[in-house]
Amino acid sequence: MADKNLELFDAGHRACGGCGAALAARLVMKGAGTNTIVVSSTGCMEVFSTPYPETAWKVPWIHSLFENASAVASGIEASLKKQGRSEKIVIMAGDGATFDIGMVCISGAFERGHDFTYICYDNEAYMNTGIQRSGATPYDASTTTSPAGKCSFGNKRPKKDMPQILAAHGAPYVATASVAYPADLMQKVEKAVNTKGPCYLQVHAPCCTGWGFEGDQTIAIAKLAIETGLWVNFEMIDGKVTKVKKVVRKPVEEYLKTQKRFRHLFKPKRQDAEIAAIQAIADRNAEKYGIDIKLKKE
Amino acid sequence: MALAVGCRARPGRSRDNKTGSWRVFKPVFDHEKCSKCGMCKTLCPEGCISEDAEGFFNPDYAYCKGCGICSEECPGEAIAMNQEEK
Amino acid sequence: MMEIMEGSHAIAEAVGKCRPQVVSAYPITPQTHIVEALAEMVADCKLDADYITVENEFSALSACVGASAAGSRVYSATTSQGLALMFEVCFNAAGMRLPIVMSIANRALGAPLSIWNDQQDSISLRDSGWLQFYAEDNQEATDLHYLAYRVAEDHSVLLPVFVCFDGFILSHTYEPIDMLSQEDVDRYLPKFTPYERLDAADPVSFGMYATPEYYHEFRYETDRAVKQAKNVYRKAALEFAKMFGRDYSGLIEEYRMEDAETAIVAMGSICGTVKDAIDEMREAGKKVGLVRIRVFRPFPSEELAKALARPKRIAVLDKDVSLGAKGAVAIEVRDALYGKTIPVLNYILGLGGRDVRKRDIAAIVDLAEKGEGDMFYGLRKEVL
Repeated sequence: MADKNLELFDAGHRACGGCGAALAARLVMKGAGTNTIVVSSTGCMEVFSTPYPETAWKVPWIHSLFENASAVASGIEASLKKQGRSEKIVIMAGDGATFDIGMVCISGAFERGHDFTYICYDNEAYMNTGIQRSGATPYDASTTTSPAGKCSFGNKRPKKDMPQILAAHGAPYVATASVAYPADLMQKVEKAVNTKGPCYLQVHAPCCTGWGFEGDQTIAIAKLAIETGLWVNFEMIDGKVTKVKKVVRKPVEEYLKTQKRFRHLFKPKRQDAEIAAIQAIADRNAEKYGIDIKLKKE
Repeated sequence: MALAVGCRARPGRSRDNKTGSWRVFKPVFDHEKCSKCGMCKTLCPEGCISEDAEGFFNPDYAYCKGCGICSEECPGEAIAMNQEEK
Repeated sequence: MMEIMEGSHAIAEAVGKCRPQVVSAYPITPQTHIVEALAEMVADCKLDADYITVENEFSALSACVGASAAGSRVYSATTSQGLALMFEVCFNAAGMRLPIVMSIANRALGAPLSIWNDQQDSISLRDSGWLQFYAEDNQEATDLHYLAYRVAEDHSVLLPVFVCFDGFILSHTYEPIDMLSQEDVDRYLPKFTPYERLDAADPVSFGMYATPEYYHEFRYETDRAVKQAKNVYRKAALEFAKMFGRDYSGLIEEYRMEDAETAIVAMGSICGTVKDAIDEMREAGKKVGLVRIRVFRPFPSEELAKALARPKRIAVLDKDVSLGAKGAVAIEVRDALYGKTIPVLNYILGLGGRDVRKRDIAAIVDLAEKGEGDMFYGLRKEVL
């Protein structure tokens, strides 16, 4: 059991005020504990936590390149095995590094079955380079490379289903979590870290700067993502969904209208067809994972 | 201080960077209304809220960026965000 | 103990005796026999290493970065396209000051695709901060691996090393090799003591980012370390010579240079042919000598300037070409001789595995005597 009072991710880091990813880093470290080696990919978290010589990490930490955290972690795991050491390996990578540029390395590492925990902090775009679209960017989100404009509603593709892809690789434990539910997040981290094999945890980390909302709304918006069904918190063990967070669902509009990246769906004109398409995504999530709380009639 | 081989560092130096200077709004904690739930401490992205001997919570103003999450999420509405006096 | 061995197998055995804890390798012609031999050693419990069958070369070197940072001696091997794919990680590994040793079975770079030998691959990474050693024969290729670990792991160096040997020409050729015993290697190469490592008991952040305030100085320090490797290499090679009788301490090797009027400069296996050609030319009265570059990085500028002070002309053979300029070795040799008026003539040859024979060397010396150089030697005009 990790000591939840330890702050292994120190203050003085340069994340924006209200940063979901910074909160995720703190909470992950509470779930992982001191006997951890963190492998980071290039991205917001790496940049705001390690400008030489100021490091916010109180555990051993390594950053190599953007796409190779999984391969670096594979090497560390092999080395620790040969040295007979017990540290746990936790990868912390953004969605850009995970869904896109790092795909090859992740697939290889998961296929080989290395013993590590891969945590993707998902802020749904390449935030550190200025909010460009990634494979995790939701449908119709406006980013700088998928901007809403006179002939575009923003990102044209749905979110890539990384959890299912990694479950298909035979990952023993795959889960999603959110900074909105910190106790759940820490618990899942602890479980992943203590499960042998390559485990994957995708953490929803709203980005006030990139999504366009005030920093104090990070938790509220993370909750709305779950309550509307656009983000599902679930656990998979050996490829089968075992636990799902159920909600009394709210219409997606309540989530979309809180963020500038979806503003074009409401102003200058309300885009009913697009909002309906997004509602359909939420409905499909709800059906696939069974998230709707069935209210019993007395 | 000599340059570290390979651009590395041991823990602690991030604390040289006093992010409290970023603040526009300052959280003020009202212990009268505080139920000691600890949500503020859990949710602070800086991890700069600590528990005192009596079980109440206080931010470290040297690092608090004034993001307002603690205020927004406090179930007892015990944290107010006031414009910083400079 | 002398044994006739395939170059690849000799190298694999030498590497095995260096006791790497992690081997991370992706197969590519003509390095495959090395990685296969190592896998067999692991499977037969002859080598106590974790062997990672990575999904591509980029990951192969990335895994080495991780394992080395965690405190293990590591090994990988590649060539050509694989090395090109590792480009990003090569700069990263050197900048992170990790003592990784990698065999390069030199091979031409595509396009056009070629599986045959030239030295374009490793030479194209001369900016990366990796030390580069070039072997003339398989005995040297084998022995240079022990030296590589010794130099790489020295705390005043802490840099990765390419041990280069011509693909197929050396890797797939059988030569008599005097293999060191495990006891010999253990005496020469102590257990790996990392300068720092990833360790929960003493946390360090590796691979931070450097603002303009610091980057320049980090690059200066790495450059200094590459240059410092000259002395460390010499010392390590002299100790090897003392223990085992084979002396690789020269960053360059001079062959019949005492009164040479034409000096040939070259790297790698081609030098065997050059030496034979020189012997023949000497019989016929021509005063030709060879300066073989053994250590290409750090570049032996002073050593070359001294060795090449007296000849009337210098013919630099390049098994590579910096397209649009000249052969890379020639450019650097010329720089080493800056201020001197000796003509330095460049001959690009042996690309993509084209055979270089003694008569080609003789023809080149003739061309050099006529002052004709800076060319792709031996173009097949009928094909152009």
